[in-house]
Amino acid sequence: MKKQKLVMIGNGMAGVRTIEELLKLDPELYDITIFGAEPYPNYNRILLSPVLAGEQTLEQIVLNELDWYKDNHIHLHLGKKITKIDRKERTVTADDGTIESYDRLLIATGSLPFILPIPGNDLPGVIAYRDIKDTNEMIEVATKYKNAVVIGGGLLGLEAANGLALRGMSVTVIHLADWLMERQLDKTAADLLQKSLEEKGLRFLLKTSTEAILPNAAGDRVGSIRFKGGLEIPADLVVMAAGIKPNTALAESAGLHCNRGIVVNDTLQTFDPRVYAVGECASHRGTAYGLVAPLFEQAKVCANHLAELGIGRYEGSVTSTKLKVTGIDLFSAGNFMGGEGTEEITLADPIGGVYKKLVLKDDRLIGACMFGDTADSTWYFKLMRDEQSVAEIRDSLMFGESNIGDVGHQGHNKAAGMTDEDEICGCNGVSKGAIVKAIREQGLFTLDEVKKCTKASSSCGSCTGLVEQVLMNVLGTDYSATPKKKSICGCSDLSHDEIRSAIRSDHLISQEQVREKLDWRTPNGCATCRPALNYYLISTWPHEAIDDPQSRFINERAHANIQKDGTYSVVPRMFGGLTTPSELRRIADVAEKYNVPTVKVTGGQRIDLLGIKKDDLPAVWKELDMPSGHAYGKSIRTVKTCVGDEHCRFGTQSSMKMGVELERMLFGMYAPHKVKLAVSGCPRNCAEAGIKDVGIIGVDSGWEIYIAGNGGIKTEVAEFLCKVKSDEEVREYSGAFLQLYREEAWYLDRTVHYLARVGMEYIKQKVVDDAENRKALYERLLFDLKDAPDPWKDFERAGVDIRQFKTIPIVEAGNV
Amino acid sequence: MSNSQTSQWQKIAAVEDIPVLGARVIQAPAGKIAIFRNTEDEVFAVLDECPHKGGPLSQGIVHGKSVTCPLHSWNIDLTTGCAAAPDEGCSKSFAVKVESGVVWLNRKEIQTSHG
Repeated sequence: MKKQKLVMIGNGMAGVRTIEELLKLDPELYDITIFGAEPYPNYNRILLSPVLAGEQTLEQIVLNELDWYKDNHIHLHLGKKITKIDRKERTVTADDGTIESYDRLLIATGSLPFILPIPGNDLPGVIAYRDIKDTNEMIEVATKYKNAVVIGGGLLGLEAANGLALRGMSVTVIHLADWLMERQLDKTAADLLQKSLEEKGLRFLLKTSTEAILPNAAGDRVGSIRFKGGLEIPADLVVMAAGIKPNTALAESAGLHCNRGIVVNDTLQTFDPRVYAVGECASHRGTAYGLVAPLFEQAKVCANHLAELGIGRYEGSVTSTKLKVTGIDLFSAGNFMGGEGTEEITLADPIGGVYKKLVLKDDRLIGACMFGDTADSTWYFKLMRDEQSVAEIRDSLMFGESNIGDVGHQGHNKAAGMTDEDEICGCNGVSKGAIVKAIREQGLFTLDEVKKCTKASSSCGSCTGLVEQVLMNVLGTDYSATPKKKSICGCSDLSHDEIRSAIRSDHLISQEQVREKLDWRTPNGCATCRPALNYYLISTWPHEAIDDPQSRFINERAHANIQKDGTYSVVPRMFGGLTTPSELRRIADVAEKYNVPTVKVTGGQRIDLLGIKKDDLPAVWKELDMPSGHAYGKSIRTVKTCVGDEHCRFGTQSSMKMGVELERMLFGMYAPHKVKLAVSGCPRNCAEAGIKDVGIIGVDSGWEIYIAGNGGIKTEVAEFLCKVKSDEEVREYSGAFLQLYREEAWYLDRTVHYLARVGMEYIKQKVVDDAENRKALYERLLFDLKDAPDPWKDFERAGVDIRQFKTIPIVEAGNV
Repeated sequence: MSNSQTSQWQKIAAVEDIPVLGARVIQAPAGKIAIFRNTEDEVFAVLDECPHKGGPLSQGIVHGKSVTCPLHSWNIDLTTGCAAAPDEGCSKSFAVKVESGVVWLNRKEIQTSHG
């Protein structure tokens, strides 16, 4: 069958990203032709500022080398501008006469700089700041001339001004409004910004409008500039950075409906269904976006429809602003000016150069404007985009989330203050400099891309916040924040929530059904989605869904913890941390018989036998004759206890007994992530219940229950849930909370993450206030855990494939 | 034991003995070799050492024609033994023959260490 022809007009970031996404989905569907007006392959336009500032070279910002086009069989026409679209004949014509026909057309013509309609705007030396040509000209001029004037004190103008100043020019910025970046900053923040830019040597003329640009004495190029009111200053270079407008002339001439942009629907189609438009030239629901993050979202959706998959809609983006001027930290997003019905929280330290303003409406964060300290901007942005209620955290909102782990990066929590050598990812040894280099040279835009290419934040994830800050600092406004809807993995665009609800509502009980029903891209998923799906299935339909051991991480398949050398560790269960002499004797015997190199007491009051060969595991389990400790699973791990009132002179409650009961109740409980409990017999809390998923603390009159604490990556103190009287109530409330977590958390979320997402009020309402719901949750938990098999003893029922413990020998009588 | 007809190939196991989307390990003179089976009943043999830090690939999650190493999640192509981008490196892959439900490996390949 003859391939359909796809023609793209424009060779910029949004368009090429669409083609990349399309090739990922279906590399064979189209015969692709691209026309680019510039003589360069696709480059990273947002890094023109660092190029101008001398921090990067042009070669470094190319995103797709010419080879990429060749390798993907794309016909590339560089330096050819399309002058005509004939929608009847379905052809496009370039300025050199080249004619190309299309089945589908993608317009990605970007935007044009707004040139002030004033006398002299066409003089040599008057330029816009838009592409490589402009940038080169500015670099060139800076070597010969002294005085530069930048018209426009917005993002682009300030970046241009900063670059020119760094190249040795004396720069004056002319701005019409009352303060700089008036569309992104309030006056207080803008004044701080102006002050720090003035310290860098820039000069500003605000509330100033330009009347004319005048030639020099020789009359061969610009010489000066005159403002309303008569002031005239010398100018060897004038950069127009007074805004951009969607480049729609071609589309308009072809009769496509335009209204400050080529009007597109949620599938990025124009009024002619064969013609699509993405990027800065497109107007979606009345907005033409000028930042890369939304454009990439558009690209994804557009590619999906071009690939004839027909799923996904683009529904608009929330955008944020960050200036790329080294040493200046500012951020703004949303409605930062406030207005009717809004409230403001501000923090101002003019001497320290820090200003933060948060705008709230109906308990939601709707805008933020920050200068001097933007470490928490990614968090604020997330809160805004997710429209999460901030009522509960309002009093600490201003001080940020500190979503960064406590250890592993030398105590740093602000990436801007770190040197290139400072280590950001303590797990994989990745320095800040290495991440910055990768972002710049490999054209990375998202956290996932940085994870893949540098490994930073790909292990424990505690430095994720820092990596996001680095991304934001390098890419500025164009940092592609993690999308609001996070898909489970590359195999599907669906989110964890969507998958869970489909499993429930459609009564899906096997992975094959899920992948079939939800249009998985891969035949049997990947190492990310398979364990998640398996968990969702067995937790939603216990005793019914099919547990697939091959979809579990090796530890849950081998029922032991894999170690770096491929051996395993074995941790037998000691309910509540209690053991007996005979158990200890057996452990000692096993350790000697199997030459266990290391025997260690764990943090959860257990004994760990490390360095056991896989083939020995079944025999070790048999000889230990103790239950599986599940120290290897996303499951109940341990219930740690203190001695309690049986022995301790301070004890008020029987914590050991309570702990043993809880641990027996929860035996075999799989969960989104590991689950640790502790029970203390008095408020001295020797069992450290304050950093556990569920922490129980005995008081004279009963038990206090705390939830969602964490002692690992991010130390998080557990929050008070309620106080109860009886042991049975402890089991019921704790069990109900854990079941809620099991049913609603995303796979690999700890309770602390789940709590952060849904809020304490919600959990209290479900578990404490609503008695009926609590009992229902508790019953569902007990039903799930009924007759939970011990995987160390009952291989058949626990689905343990024992073939894995037998290495196949090569039987060979002498070598040939 | 040298049968001239099969001398080039060494019988290893029945395909049935390998779990679907799983692996078995054989101890050969060339080292530990992981034998994988996917949902299409294709069988692959790769040295049981991840090119990254030597992790036992046999213990990874198998999907499509790849396995994800259990230690640091590198994705290894089972046909070539090589890591998927952006990771780089290859583990040795071995020739496999499947006949009437029986898996055979090349005798010479599995005999030589560092082959």
